[in-house]
Amino acid sequence: MWAFVFKRTLIALSVALTISVLCFSLLQLSGDLALSIGGPEATAEQVEQIRVDYGLDRPVIQQFTTWLWGAVQLDFGRSYYYQSEVMDLVVERLPVTMTLGILALAIALGVSIPLGVVAALKRGSWIDRMAMAIAVTGQAMPNFWFGLTLIIVFAVKLQWFPAAGSDSWQGFVLPAVALGYYATPAMMRLTRSGMLEVLEADYIRTARAKGLRTGTVIFKHALRNAVIPVVALAAVELGFMLGGSVVIETVFSLRGLGQLAWNAISRNDYPVVQAIVLIIALFYIVLTLLADILNAALDPRLRAR
Amino acid sequence: MSNLSTAEHSAATSSPLLTVKQLRVDLPVAKGTLHAVRGIDFHVERGEMLCLVGESGCGKSMTSLALMGLLPRKAQVNADCLNFDGVDLLTVPERERSNLRGARMAMIFQEPMTALNPAYTLGNQLSEALRRHQRVSRQAAHDRALYLLKRVGISAAEERMRQYPHQLSGGLRQRVMIAMALMCEPDLIIADEPTTALDVTIQAQILHLLRDLQQEFGTAIIFITHDLGVVARIADRVAVMYAGEVIETASAQALFKAPSHPYTQGLLRCIPTPGKTLPGSRLQAIPGVVPSLVGKIEGCAFCNRCDQADERCRTTPPLQAVAGEHFSRCHFAHQLASPAPLNDQEVTS
Ligand SMILES: Nc1ncnc2c1ncn2[C@@H]1O[C@H](COP(=O)(O)OP(=O)(O)OP(=O)(O)O)[C@@H](O)[C@H]1O
Ligand code: SF4
Ligand SMILES: [Mg+2]
Repeated sequence: MWAFVFKRTLIALSVALTISVLCFSLLQLSGDLALSIGGPEATAEQVEQIRVDYGLDRPVIQQFTTWLWGAVQLDFGRSYYYQSEVMDLVVERLPVTMTLGILALAIALGVSIPLGVVAALKRGSWIDRMAMAIAVTGQAMPNFWFGLTLIIVFAVKLQWFPAAGSDSWQGFVLPAVALGYYATPAMMRLTRSGMLEVLEADYIRTARAKGLRTGTVIFKHALRNAVIPVVALAAVELGFMLGGSVVIETVFSLRGLGQLAWNAISRNDYPVVQAIVLIIALFYIVLTLLADILNAALDPRLRAR
Repeated sequence: MSNLSTAEHSAATSSPLLTVKQLRVDLPVAKGTLHAVRGIDFHVERGEMLCLVGESGCGKSMTSLALMGLLPRKAQVNADCLNFDGVDLLTVPERERSNLRGARMAMIFQEPMTALNPAYTLGNQLSEALRRHQRVSRQAAHDRALYLLKRVGISAAEERMRQYPHQLSGGLRQRVMIAMALMCEPDLIIADEPTTALDVTIQAQILHLLRDLQQEFGTAIIFITHDLGVVARIADRVAVMYAGEVIETASAQALFKAPSHPYTQGLLRCIPTPGKTLPGSRLQAIPGVVPSLVGKIEGCAFCNRCDQADERCRTTPPLQAVAGEHFSRCHFAHQLASPAPLNDQEVTS
C-alpha cells in the first residue's frame, strides 16, 4: 500500500511540474504582456518601462524559474490591479470556493448514490424513470440558468435563502445546489450502471447462498464494489466544481476564487490568473491522487499495481 | 469412518433429507417459455453423495438454484413436492428460506475465480457465513474459519485469512468456497460442477477432499457434473438428466453395471481414459443435438438421437422401475437392463 502511495505521489509531482510549465507558457503565448498591461494609449517608452519594471525583458527561462521558485514558496508576486500580494488575495477567497465545492460535492453524492442504488434495484420503475429524467435535464441545463432559476424561486419568490453574498451559511445553499446538481447526473448514472453490473456478479449469488440479509447483500457486497468508479469520478467532479465555480460565484456574487479569476482575466491581471490556474490545477492533481489512494483502499486488486 | 454408519443408520430409520417430485422450472424467453426443468423426481438421503449428471444445458444448474431459492426473478418454479427435512420449500416464506441457506443447505459454484467478493478478505467472507446464522463472537467465527481452512488443506491459513481472493489460485479459491459451505455444518451441500473450471490434478484433489469431508461431517452432497468419470469415483447414487428430465436414476453400482437407458449407455460408451480426453469433449460422442427446451416436447425427448427408437417412442415414456431403486425413462428399459445391455443390434434391427 505504501509503495503504491509513494509511486502515485511521484507521478502527481511530475504532473504538477508539467502543468506549471504549461501554465507559464500559455501566458507567454498570449501576446506581448507589456503591451496589454500598458493598454492601447501607452507610448513606446511607457511600454519599455513596463517591460523593465515587471522583469519582462529578461530571458523566458529566467522569468520562469523566478516565477516557479516564488510559486514553490507560495509567493506569486503582486497583483497588477489590486496592488497587493497575489497570495493574500487567494487566501482571502479560497475558503469561500472550498466551502462551495465541498458542499456541492456532498449534495451531489448525497443525491446521486442513493438515487442510483434505488434506480438499479427498482429498474424500470417510476423511481428509475424519475432518476433518468433528472439526469437528462441536469446534463442539458446550463448551470448559470439553473442558478438563476433557483434565485427566482427560492430567494425572490419564497425568500428562504439570500440571493447573494457569502456572509452566512444560508448564502451557500443555493449556489451549492446549483453547482452540485451539475455533477449529479454523471455520478448517478455511474452508480446505477455499476450496481446493475455488480448485482449480476457471481459473488452476489454467493452472498445470497450464504443466506445473508438483503441489506447486507446490497450494501456490503454490491455497493462497495459499485462505488469504486464513483469515487474516482467524484474527485474529478470536485476539481471541475472548483474551476466551474467561476460562473456560479458570479451569478450568486460570492467572493470566491472563481470571481477573482474572472475579474483578473478581464483586467489582464496576469500574476493572479497564473496563480489561480496553477492552484486549481494542483487541487485537481491532489484530488486525483486522493481518489487513487481511496480507490486502492476500496479495491484490494489495485494495490498490487 | 464411524460417520458412514451414522449416515446409513438415519437413512434407514427416517424419511429422506430432500424429496423432489415433479419439479418444473420455466423461464420466459423471447420465443415463448423455456422449460429448463421439466418435471423431475429425485431424493437425497442423509449423508449420501448424489450425482446429477447430464450434458450442458440439461437443467442441472436450474435445478440446484431452484432448491436453493436462488433462481433469477423471472423464473417460475412448480413442483408436487419440494421437501427439505420437513420444510416445504415451495411455501416457506423468504425470510425462513434465507435462514436455511448457508445454515442447513449450502452451495459451491462452478467458477471459483468470480464466486468470492474481491473487496473483502477471506476471513471476513468466511466469518460472515457463520455470524449470519449463529450468535457467536468474532473470535469464535474466526477460529472456525481458520480450522476449516486448515481442514480443506490450505497451508499458512492464518495468513490466508487476511488475504483477498485475487491473491489465490483457482484451486485454492475453490477450497475456500468449500470451507465457506461448511461454516455452519449444513445437512446438504449442492456442488454445481465445482471442479470443471480447474485443471486435472487440482480436480482430483478437490474430489478427494469433498468425498472425505462428506464422510467426516456426514453431510449429504448433490454433486453436479457432466463427467461420468467423476461420477464413477465419488457417487453413492446417480440421477442422469437429459433435456430437463431425469431419465435414469440408480445406485452408482447399478448404473455402471446395468445402464438401462440408451442415453446413459451412450454416455458410458464414451467414457474417456482419465487424463487423455479433454473435459467437455466426451459427451459430444453421441451424434445429434438436444431438442429445444422452448415449448412442449412430444414423445421421448431423446428420440432424435436414439439408436433404439421406434414407433412407440412418439409417446412419452414413463419413469419405470427396472429393479428395486433403479428407474429408467425408456419404453424399452426392461430389455435394455437385461444381461447384454450394450449389444444394441438385437433391439434395433
Ligand atoms: N437466465 C436464463 N434465461 C433463459 N434461459 C436460461 C437462463 N439460464 C439458463 N437458461 C437455459 O436453461 C436451460 C438449463 O440451463 P442450466 O444452466 O440449468 O444448464 P446446466 O445443465 O447447468 O448446463 P451447464 O453444464 O452448461 O452448466 C438451458 O437451456 C439454458 O439455455
Ligand atoms: S423411449 Fe425410445 S427414443 Fe426414448 S430412449 Fe427409449 S428407445 Fe430411445
Ligand atoms: Mg450449470
